[in-house]
Amino acid sequence: MTRPTPETLAHRANPATVAAASPAPAVASPVPTSGAGALVRSLEALGVEVLFGIPGGAILPAYDPLFDSKVRHILVRHEQGAGHAATGYAQATGKVGVCIATSGPGATNLVTPIADAYMDSVPMVAITGQVARPSIGTDAFQEADIQGITLPITKHNFLVQTPEELPRILAEAFHLAATGRPGPVLVDIPKDVLQSPTTFTWPPTLDLPGYRPTLHPHGKQIREAARLIAAAKRPVLYVGGGVLKAGATDGLRKLAELTGIPVITTLMALGAFPDSHPQHLGMPGMHGTVPAVYALQKSDLLITLGARFDDRVTGKLDSFAPDAKVVHADIDPAEIGKNRHADVPIVGDARHVIDELIAAVSASAGGTAQYESWWATLNELRDRYPLGYEEPTDGTLAPQYVIQRIGELVGPDAIYVAGVGQHQMWASQFIKYEKPGTWLNSGGAGTMGYAVPAAMGAKVGRPDVAVWAIDGDGCFQMTNQELATCALEGIPVKIAVINNGNLGMVRQWQTLFYDGRYSNTELGTHKHRIPDFVKLAEALGCIGLRCESKDDVDKIIKQAMEINDAPVVIDFTVGKDAMVWPMVAAGTSNDEIMFARDVRPTFEEDDL
Amino acid sequence: MNKHTLSVLVENKPGVLARVSGLFSRRSFNIDSLAVGETENPDVSRITIVVNADSSPLEQVTKQLNKLVNVLKIVELDPQQSVQRELLLVKVRADRAQRGQVLETVELFRAKVIDVAPDTLTIEATGNPDKLDALLRDLEPYGIKEMVQSGLVAIGRGSRSITTGPALRAA
Repeated sequence: MTRPTPETLAHRANPATVAAASPAPAVASPVPTSGAGALVRSLEALGVEVLFGIPGGAILPAYDPLFDSKVRHILVRHEQGAGHAATGYAQATGKVGVCIATSGPGATNLVTPIADAYMDSVPMVAITGQVARPSIGTDAFQEADIQGITLPITKHNFLVQTPEELPRILAEAFHLAATGRPGPVLVDIPKDVLQSPTTFTWPPTLDLPGYRPTLHPHGKQIREAARLIAAAKRPVLYVGGGVLKAGATDGLRKLAELTGIPVITTLMALGAFPDSHPQHLGMPGMHGTVPAVYALQKSDLLITLGARFDDRVTGKLDSFAPDAKVVHADIDPAEIGKNRHADVPIVGDARHVIDELIAAVSASAGGTAQYESWWATLNELRDRYPLGYEEPTDGTLAPQYVIQRIGELVGPDAIYVAGVGQHQMWASQFIKYEKPGTWLNSGGAGTMGYAVPAAMGAKVGRPDVAVWAIDGDGCFQMTNQELATCALEGIPVKIAVINNGNLGMVRQWQTLFYDGRYSNTELGTHKHRIPDFVKLAEALGCIGLRCESKDDVDKIIKQAMEINDAPVVIDFTVGKDAMVWPMVAAGTSNDEIMFARDVRPTFEEDDL
Repeated sequence: MNKHTLSVLVENKPGVLARVSGLFSRRSFNIDSLAVGETENPDVSRITIVVNADSSPLEQVTKQLNKLVNVLKIVELDPQQSVQRELLLVKVRADRAQRGQVLETVELFRAKVIDVAPDTLTIEATGNPDKLDALLRDLEPYGIKEMVQSGLVAIGRGSRSITTGPALRAA
């Protein structure tokens, strides 16, 4: 077969090609250029290393100066792939991810990844072409009001009116995307603005009089939080993705060890606190651990850091943590008190909040010893209700085993990227995350198809690190076209398709709540082997492997680990009946958590 | 549910009104009245919004409004501490026989006649919503042919101004 060789690749993923840009030199005297030239020069000045995109009519003028630019452009196969790749890049590196598309359908194909980035607060800038100014509003060819469409799913968006304002708007877009609560920003540029002559100077002056994120918490609130912490008998550190975004993980560890308070990390915060740490109770929520869910329910003080009381965490809201006072720290004031009343609201960046909390509690902190009976209860629950799974009785391969072995063999330095569904939950449960930035997923939006393009973006951003996507057979069929991009651009990701032949999570709900009436969840990837994922992988320029028995799992994972010159797809053919446990059914109270089917944990609550 | 009057200072840029009103509609708030215009600073517009809402959902929508990059400042105006006015234009049936009585009502409410036709008078009135409601009630028996009403505008009493201060770097 003719797989691309290193010599024939469009670009090779190596650290040299994506070396961090040095700070942009100022361009004081105006340089004559076009709008498109100003766009590309601005991106260069902003230190952009890579764009994910597809050209088309309205954006075409931008692609001409891009052809000569040091900014790398990765030609994706679908704009959705560009958007999720930008997200994966941003989540893996902490830098702003950038995607670019043409007007109309190009722009609307970015809508899902923009909404996804908005829900998970990912710094992303989306650049779209627009029809020429005189044609706007005339239903011109490939016209869509993408500014209007993305109003509710962007942190901010711009329709550029003149070429002169391009450098300022791009600088503002990057500033907005990256600071405060991060999020996606869209810049829509009419074709004639790109074509018009203009001049370029750098740096521009930002004009954002209404944008003033609060980074430093109020001292009074910090003291009040410290007072509650000192008085609490059953406190919990409820940690969300904001802690990762703020780079506050070292501080979190210090605060946890200083106080001895148990730590719970949400789906968006896995890796913020080492899974192996004795104070880590795991993930809360619908598929959280029994001790984590129990700790929240019985707590008398939630110290909430960069988390947002999402419905998948709280379960039925009015029965969530009924005895707990709440300290809620978030950089976004609108999150505080949105779902749950905060007794002590703290607006600020998680890093500053945690540092100041450490200083405030240092005097009174006494380590885990001061919560002896609380820890005794939680430790007993940990022993009684550990994460686990049953071996399938029908001789099929257990999906949880596959995922667990990937985590054990590949190790905690790799980046794991999940799709959405059962495999995502198992990947959150059975892979152990020790470091920040090693777990990427679509948490808020729950976007199936996220994994392949996000893994691509992550690998581009961190080419020195192994990137494993844990995907499902349903998710994989939504976006696997980007494997062609990976093959041609030299982005050697690993894709483990946990192939159970079904839309597994939906099937699980049909098993539990619809009397096993499996309406439209069978995908035929087992019964008919359509598509054959190994052949599909090869057709896309990747190496395809298949694993059908427990005995082969380690061997095939190791085989994949040894391939570094091409993307690898492994079809792990697993049983269809495995379910994700524990589970709090949607709309029910966390108190109704099921440890396994028909198994309710028993809590000895009398001593609390 | 209570009526609340919000004064929202925004950058005077295209599309800002859509961002602001969209936030209310997405959270299924019904806007009772809305008025927009430039302020003493041409770079800043002032949107006065009257909504019927409980205070906790209103707090959430206010926080979301504050997150809009083009929003500079939001102040809720207390009805006791502010002056609130609407403008009403109303075309009333008034033939020779009725004209005198209609003009008397106009006088009583310190309103103005701004257009005259053989069988109608067009009246302009300003005031708080209660006064304009009372005027309409008194005019109703003659026959209201057409009316148009502005959104409410409001300004705080006393010498303090909400458009000055550190929150408003554009000003």
